[in-house]
Amino acid sequence: MSFRSPDPTPEIIVWVENLAKQFVLHNQGAAILEVLRDVSLTLRSGDCLVLNGPSGAGKSSLLRCIYGNYKSDSGRIVVRHNGQPVDMVAATPREVLSVRRQTLGYVSQFLKVIPRVATIDVVAEPLRREGMEAGRARDNAATMLHRLNVPERLWKLAPATFSGGEQQRVNIARGFVSDYPVMLLDEPTSALDATNREEVIALVQEKLAAGAAVIGIFHDEDVRDRLATHLLNMAPLREAA
Amino acid sequence: MDTISQSPDNFHAASGSYNFAYLDEQTKRMIRRALLKAITIPGYQVPFGGREMPLSYGWGTGGIQVTASVIGPEDILKVIDQGADDTTNAVSIRSFFAKTTGVETTTETAEATLIQTRHRIPETPLREDQVIVYQVPIPEPLRWLEPRETETRKMHGLAEYGGMHVRLYEDITRYGKIATSYDYPVIVNGRYLMRPSPIPKFDNPKMDQNPALQLFGAGREKRIYAVPPYTSVKSLDFEDHPFEIQTWDQDCAICGSTDSFLDEVITDDAGGRMFVCSDTDYCGQRMAAHDASDETETNQ
Amino acid sequence: MNSGSTAPLLSVSGLSHYYGAITGCCGVSFDLWPGEVIGVVGESGSGKTTLLNCISGRMAPTVGKVEFCTRTEGLADIYRMSEAERRMLMRTDWGFVHQNPRDGLRMGVSAGANIGERLMAVGARHYGEIRDTANDWLGKVEFNLDRMDHLPSTFSGGMQQRLQIARNLVTGPRLVFMDEPTGGLDVSVQARLLDLLRELVTDLGLSAIVVTHDLAVARLITQRLMVMRQGEVVETGLTDQVLDDPQHPYSQLLVSSILQV
Repeated sequence: MSFRSPDPTPEIIVWVENLAKQFVLHNQGAAILEVLRDVSLTLRSGDCLVLNGPSGAGKSSLLRCIYGNYKSDSGRIVVRHNGQPVDMVAATPREVLSVRRQTLGYVSQFLKVIPRVATIDVVAEPLRREGMEAGRARDNAATMLHRLNVPERLWKLAPATFSGGEQQRVNIARGFVSDYPVMLLDEPTSALDATNREEVIALVQEKLAAGAAVIGIFHDEDVRDRLATHLLNMAPLREAA
Repeated sequence: MDTISQSPDNFHAASGSYNFAYLDEQTKRMIRRALLKAITIPGYQVPFGGREMPLSYGWGTGGIQVTASVIGPEDILKVIDQGADDTTNAVSIRSFFAKTTGVETTTETAEATLIQTRHRIPETPLREDQVIVYQVPIPEPLRWLEPRETETRKMHGLAEYGGMHVRLYEDITRYGKIATSYDYPVIVNGRYLMRPSPIPKFDNPKMDQNPALQLFGAGREKRIYAVPPYTSVKSLDFEDHPFEIQTWDQDCAICGSTDSFLDEVITDDAGGRMFVCSDTDYCGQRMAAHDASDETETNQ
Repeated sequence: MNSGSTAPLLSVSGLSHYYGAITGCCGVSFDLWPGEVIGVVGESGSGKTTLLNCISGRMAPTVGKVEFCTRTEGLADIYRMSEAERRMLMRTDWGFVHQNPRDGLRMGVSAGANIGERLMAVGARHYGEIRDTANDWLGKVEFNLDRMDHLPSTFSGGMQQRLQIARNLVTGPRLVFMDEPTGGLDVSVQARLLDLLRELVTDLGLSAIVVTHDLAVARLITQRLMVMRQGEVVETGLTDQVLDDPQHPYSQLLVSSILQV
């Protein structure tokens, strides 16, 4: 029961319209937390949209809604997937998974993986899921880990014991190892030193140059200014009157 | 063999108080019906209303009930236990039937029309006019795999017998060959998995296409099954570990037989031992023939 | 996970099972697609196991249909096919991994024989080949090959569970049912086993239905989740969405009850 929205101009690859999201906390007196109201945006190839606003403005929630991690209440999130627009709000779980596998990359703030799995395999996993053969997937993962200066002696270890910065780089490597046309980045540089921050900026710039679209949250003003082609200012919603 | 008519005179001559062959006529009919069913479905276990017999379970109550149901006044009965006619079990079952039927008994395989056996098939080949009755302790070949009776019946119904090979696999893994040496499972008529009763696997090939009718009775578990004459009986095996029978380095120490099943007999407490035919009649026949030819030679 | 396939592998519709007046599970419908792993979560007594037994051919539901896409005839109601066909399906195209390996293993025979059994059940009669295949599978589940001829009772819980998995996968099933597959294991062993399961599912393109009360297990190996309560499915969706943004009051309670480490 995939919802196919009327196709906007083909160069638009993400199109969000009147998106609303609230949490109903059933076990806390049915309290309602409204986090997104009437959010609309469009992204074309090469665009980097930076979400800007204070903590609690709903930036991460918006990314999660787009990724299908949060369930949107109303509105549309249309993503061009294999040339076809797919509404992530109305899509079946299977369709969402298909979009995630091929079109939509997401780098979360924290790494959530099976404990005790070697770093190299953590990074290679998205490629393996796409069906890439294990050896090749590991080679690609190695290239990405090199690039993000994760020392080779750590690759065989599980990332759980790594420092915050190392874990974040593993997470970024995992997000960038596959070639997604749309990337959602939730504070990927927050725990990085200057050298690695530069590397991530370069990675994002290459993505954009290759025609991808990026929606990101960047804590660091310098990063934000250098990457943003568009800004979306967000503010915490007041209590509904 | 005449199983239906019976001679009251003959019976009264044998015993004043029992019905012919101990069992009452209704019970015999019930068992014969079970036997007919068993013969029409070779290898299939038919439940029957087993009776209490004047000896304990494990001593051949199943075999005795089958024998009692098929024996007639004209029959000549042979009873063997582990191949021998003179062991306790064989002697007492033989005298039981002699007393309750008055039939003639024998120890010679070739002379008998009806043979009840525990743990052996005679070495002398059986004929079309003979019936052999096996005493069966545990009839269900799948029991070790599956404790539930409902489930084993279903497995028989659907011919799900693959698990039986697991035991043979374990044998090969542990001993380098299939070490199961008696009660070796067989497939009857290409369909039912059957326990041949605890005969040595040496005897398994004798069951295949045998001209005699083979009947099996399990008294404790109240099951009857049968292999009709000229029916295929195939022992389970692997392609790369085919079925094999036991062989011996020695010949029989008494008759010198090279192709019969041998028992090891301890002769003293200093390690002395010998190997002799387990089939006493077969061994005796060979010796008799030997003596006869010796005499002929001396006379000349 | 192959989005190109057009037919579900398993289709459950309107399934209910009652134990007399007591509801086991009620009105469950869902489709499982090739390559997909679905988790069923809920507390004890929520009907997870009843549901699993009904859809795995072990217990006929009171009402409803369970259809499986057979290799020859497409979608077929598993309770309308002959018992012989259903049992054949259960030992070839399906696997069932029990929480307690003792329920899924033959404890009296060696590891190799445990794996070989399913092969022999479908007609393998060459000892050498059976052994080679068993050896391969023990390798795939990272089992110590020196112990192939040992009895399962001499293995640790984790090893037994690996053996049970190999025993199920040896016939190349397309669908595996798992009942709390990591339930009885140490946390440290759990993690490796989960990783192994995920790898096998990916490599073999398996579909699986995993019943668990452990939400962490569900997050790590399933793509879709069904939350059950009092016999009914109260919420269903993408696993990460159900866990991160649960909608039903009971799902919210379940998620918020996890101890954070």
